[in-house]
Amino acid sequence: MKNKKMFFMIPYLLWIILFVILPILLILWYSFTDSSNTFTLKNYVEFFRNGTFLKMMLNSFWYAFLITFLTLIISYPAAYFLTKMKNQQLWLLLIILPTWINLLLKAYAFIGILGNDGLVNKFLRLFGIGPVNILFTDFAFIFVATYIEIPFMILPIFNAIKEINPAVIQASEDLGASKWQTFRYVLWPLSRPGVESGVQAIFIPSLSLFMLTRLIGGNRVITLGTAIEEYFMTTMNWNMGATIGVVLIVLMVIVMLITSRKARRKKVDL
Amino acid sequence: MRNRHLVARIYLTFILILLYVPIFYLIYFSFSSGKNMNKFEHFTLAHYQTLFQDNRLLAIFLETILLALLSSLIATIIGTFGAIAIAAMKKESNKKTTLALNNVLMVSPDVIIGASFLIFFTALGIGLNFGSVLLSHIAFSIPIVVLMVLPRINEMDMSLIDAARDLGANSWQVFSDVLIPVIMPGIFSGLFMALTYSLDDFAVTFFVTGNGFSTLSVEIYSRARQGIDLEINALSTVMFLFVLLLVGIYYFITTKKGRKKNHRVMGGWVK
Repeated sequence: MKNKKMFFMIPYLLWIILFVILPILLILWYSFTDSSNTFTLKNYVEFFRNGTFLKMMLNSFWYAFLITFLTLIISYPAAYFLTKMKNQQLWLLLIILPTWINLLLKAYAFIGILGNDGLVNKFLRLFGIGPVNILFTDFAFIFVATYIEIPFMILPIFNAIKEINPAVIQASEDLGASKWQTFRYVLWPLSRPGVESGVQAIFIPSLSLFMLTRLIGGNRVITLGTAIEEYFMTTMNWNMGATIGVVLIVLMVIVMLITSRKARRKKVDL
Repeated sequence: MRNRHLVARIYLTFILILLYVPIFYLIYFSFSSGKNMNKFEHFTLAHYQTLFQDNRLLAIFLETILLALLSSLIATIIGTFGAIAIAAMKKESNKKTTLALNNVLMVSPDVIIGASFLIFFTALGIGLNFGSVLLSHIAFSIPIVVLMVLPRINEMDMSLIDAARDLGANSWQVFSDVLIPVIMPGIFSGLFMALTYSLDDFAVTFFVTGNGFSTLSVEIYSRARQGIDLEINALSTVMFLFVLLLVGIYYFITTKKGRKKNHRVMGGWVK
């Protein structure tokens, strides 16, 4: 029995060793070496000396934050309203459906929509606002990224709100809480897990939307994700690319540690 | 109350319009005889004609689907056994460590996964082709399968297994007749998620694909970088219809299954 169990585990363990642990070690190794495979700290020195990398780092997190925040603001009401609808399954299906359309196709559509003669500018022209240059700006990048992430935020929040016992909301209303109070002290805390998983599902992927910066954001290197892609695929300086990757990983671990500690503290408070 | 419903409906409709405008924008212009997505010239099916004569693109389309099916199937099998293994771990610390390692790929940005896999394949001397892309897709789909299946196992009433054992079931019977049916919904959603991950992936594939193999995402990216090409619009219509078909099938299967399950539950209650 025990042997059989071990046998079933082998592919999974192999996966952990080969595709989880080994790649991390390899990317670390590359970041600490130069092209002739000798140990060096040169890459890190360059990263922290060169202002553009630090600026890019701040930029990446700022954009990821903006995208996540905008998505949350748009998605939370949608998820809440969704729980009130009659044909929930159908609505849900309609919201999930666009996520099945290839991301690149959607990004491509926005090249047309946001262009100087595109849909948005035609609409603006109705109000006498001349052609605004939207495509190839940072705004376009954030807008399209938000568009793409909306369904991924709605789903977890919807699931979290749906699990809330409606009696709790009714009790809060019966006890004289205003709508805002009900939201602030009942709905929001109880739907927090959904919001958290939504935020997690969006913040980190937003760091690697290099194809959007290439197609919509005007081909500039503005985030760490784009920089990694540039160093690996264009400049072929894998060592520097790996260094940026390691910095990104370290930053993410720090962010995760901070958020999880906060969550723990909250629990103790209760 | 009715008023609130109206607001809800308007807001949701607004969201839906927002979500669908780009897709229908693409479809609309796929019928235009013009060269760009600004002005609809007149109706034509010419772009569809070029699309269906584009053997390279059609081959890529089929390969992408084959890749998604293969990778999600393999990932589901490995991931399900992984979840069972994690659930069976006695030591809490072992369980935590394994889960943490499991989630590494879930929380890593795609570019990091892509870049590190690229280093990995080059270091091991594995050529960049269909094989490397398939391995990568399996690799990044496994953790989501584990995460979908594990809660099902944890929620499972362990007395079911004891009962089966007491009634004389051997290990294989416990596994195939008790454990698997109970966690089947988790396995299904894992498979479904893996399929979506694979079809939707661009970044990782972009890193680990060589010259010989390309998925739809990578192909669309390289074409879109060269500017607007209404053949891509025609392709998006086809893909939209394909997705509709898939969702229709999925919907049909799940509702049918749901009904059946309810039946069984009801039967159980009556007994």
